[in-house]
Amino acid sequence: MYDGNKIIPGLIIFVGLVTFPFWSNIGRAAYERPELKLDAVETECVEPAEWMRAEHMRLLDDWRDLVVRDNMRLYVNQAGRSFDMSLTNTCLSSGCHANKAEFCDRCHATLAVSPSCWDCHVVPPTPIVEE
Amino acid sequence: MLEKALQGNKAYWGWIATLLAFIGVGFGCYMYQLNQGLAITGLSRDVSWGLYIGQLTYMVGIAASAVMLVLPYYLHNYKAFGKLVIFGEFLAVSAVVVCLLFVIVDLGQPQRLLNVILHPTPSSVLFWDMVVLNGYLFLNIIIGWSVLHAVKKGVPPANWLKFLIYLSIPWAVSIHTVTAFLYAGLPGRYFWLDSLLAASFLASAFAAGPSLLLLILFVVRRVANLEIPKEAIQTMAKIITYAWTINVFMVGLKIFTIYYSQHPGKMLGFDYLYFGYEDYTQMVPWMWNFVFLALVALALLIHPGTRNNQTTLTIALVMVFVAGWIDKGLALVIGGFVPNPFKVYTEYWPTIPEVFITIGVYAIGLLILTILYKVALSVQEEST
Amino acid sequence: MALNRRSFLKAAGLTTLAGLGGHAAMELLAPGALDAAQPAKIGAFPEALIGKRWAMVIDSTKFTSMRLSQKCIDACHTAHNVPNIPGKQEVKWLWTDSFQRVFPDQRNEFLPVDIKHQPFLVLCNHCDNPPCVRVCPTGATFRREDGIVMMDMHRCIGCRYCMVGCPYGARSFNFRDPRPFIANINHRYTTRMMGVVEKCTFCEDRLARGLMPVCVEASEGALIFGDLGNQDSKVRKILRERFSLRRYPSLGTEPHVFYLI
Repeated sequence: MYDGNKIIPGLIIFVGLVTFPFWSNIGRAAYERPELKLDAVETECVEPAEWMRAEHMRLLDDWRDLVVRDNMRLYVNQAGRSFDMSLTNTCLSSGCHANKAEFCDRCHATLAVSPSCWDCHVVPPTPIVEE
Repeated sequence: MLEKALQGNKAYWGWIATLLAFIGVGFGCYMYQLNQGLAITGLSRDVSWGLYIGQLTYMVGIAASAVMLVLPYYLHNYKAFGKLVIFGEFLAVSAVVVCLLFVIVDLGQPQRLLNVILHPTPSSVLFWDMVVLNGYLFLNIIIGWSVLHAVKKGVPPANWLKFLIYLSIPWAVSIHTVTAFLYAGLPGRYFWLDSLLAASFLASAFAAGPSLLLLILFVVRRVANLEIPKEAIQTMAKIITYAWTINVFMVGLKIFTIYYSQHPGKMLGFDYLYFGYEDYTQMVPWMWNFVFLALVALALLIHPGTRNNQTTLTIALVMVFVAGWIDKGLALVIGGFVPNPFKVYTEYWPTIPEVFITIGVYAIGLLILTILYKVALSVQEEST
Repeated sequence: MALNRRSFLKAAGLTTLAGLGGHAAMELLAPGALDAAQPAKIGAFPEALIGKRWAMVIDSTKFTSMRLSQKCIDACHTAHNVPNIPGKQEVKWLWTDSFQRVFPDQRNEFLPVDIKHQPFLVLCNHCDNPPCVRVCPTGATFRREDGIVMMDMHRCIGCRYCMVGCPYGARSFNFRDPRPFIANINHRYTTRMMGVVEKCTFCEDRLARGLMPVCVEASEGALIFGDLGNQDSKVRKILRERFSLRRYPSLGTEPHVFYLI
């Protein structure tokens, strides 16, 4: 091989860099599903919890476009319950996920995702729970 | 072929390092802009475009002007341009990259750039500008690189390339036309609302672009072994002369329509630029410099004695390039915004970070240009 | 062409039926797009105000001083979290200007003194032929069928071409993060993020809930809002009876904010 003394170290460096995410993770704690706190009054979400866990962004995305672009704001689920398609006024309302830090943020932080929703959508101040 | 750009003398590497330093400073300023928003620029509610979009406009013209070499060489088989065409095409490549970068640095939400493709909107001229600029970039990369490859192998360029080359000629005209349409179709913006705009854009570009190319080639001749046929210089100088004459003529046409009609909306922008309004006079010295440079350059170019003299020709080329920049890179955008459609005067002047970002983008263009020219020169040298 | 989930939901909303039949249709057109969860119905609230062509009439004879104008402006800016940024990079949805700036076509040295010095309210004109919509490269700003020119802040790339296109200066760009400049955030409404353009939306979110725009409510009857598509609406009636002006009609944008003089 021509220039083997350059090519082989080069290849080793390349492979090392490409596999960085794998070996940098060795010895770190394994992923654990974070404990979510739900002090909600509501017991049922808009759609089944299982589906929401995986697809809530899709629902929010649909809501976003339907509200902004199609002027449709009312969502009736199969159980016949009506919802205002609003992240702030429905999802984050005091009856549901008002405690964003202990619900939304826990998963997002663990998975290192930072959705830009909150740049505009206001997180209501945590309601004071009366004793 | 790219490996040829890795071999160079000390001056070459010094030049590369200098450009990288400017790119670094510009990048730092851009990070600052990303973090703080366009608040760090001199832009405002009334003047929503500024230095960045001005440079985009000017550089689209520089890119389009490659056609002034491509057309005589490929359509009229004008042999004197033979070795120079590639430098025109590579100048176009770097200029288009600069244009696209200026669009990106101007965006408030650059990470959403792809929305232009994800939600294509044919009613928007900006959408078409994106299409034609990217098309022109790919055309010139493919053409320039393939032609150079053929030179390297000592064979004539492939036949399919001919088609792309012919296509690139109207395409070059299209990029500057569409860029003019960004401005020329807006109700209430009388300074731009002018069907002559695209034509005058092309005229000034076909003067300023070849001027820049010739100036760069003079530098290249000095630092590398490039032989520019005297005939080629003279022909380019004539092209520049005709284009610049037409450009100055068109400025005159605009002035007649504006001032003879006494159309208030049309007069306001020109009045502000050339005479100022109350205390708003920052553009006045620039504009009279433009007039001076434009007219002296015209005289130097038209007179055969000064056109054929290397020194006076160089002076004229610099004047055309600078005058073109004042006209399109600065006055075009500012004159369109000041005053606004209801006659409020809000002046604009770029801030220091804005200027450094602009210089950084230009440095990226020069770096690409240097690398491409280095490759082209090395290949041409080896093949002879 | 594959039908996406939103188009289906929208279609389902229009037919107000997305039961079993709808689901089957969707499976046929776009297999797997719906998954398990889909709504039984989507659409507008029953109390929503529906109009063919929304428009506003500004009775300028009632805005002789800054007091009422300021009341409307404050109501709007507080409700919509419009930041109070000083200087030339300001953000505003509703503001005032002098007669000669609001109506540049109507320049006249010999205007009555009170009109000359009176503040005129200005806002987005919700044009029928809006240049801002024409130039937007992403469809982030668009004209609804009921005439409201909307902004989709999620899609805006911040190119500011719409600000160049708008001859009324109705659009503001968020040159910086607006939140530090909002004194009291209204938690029922969003703020905007850095780098997007915003403007008046004719309070389309309130219309959807059966409410009049905030400024109209605050105006003590000096702002009239309604449907020009309805012969008997209050706006039609008042425009029939009184002389009105529009801003820069010569530009062909067909503005839909009318000023009673």
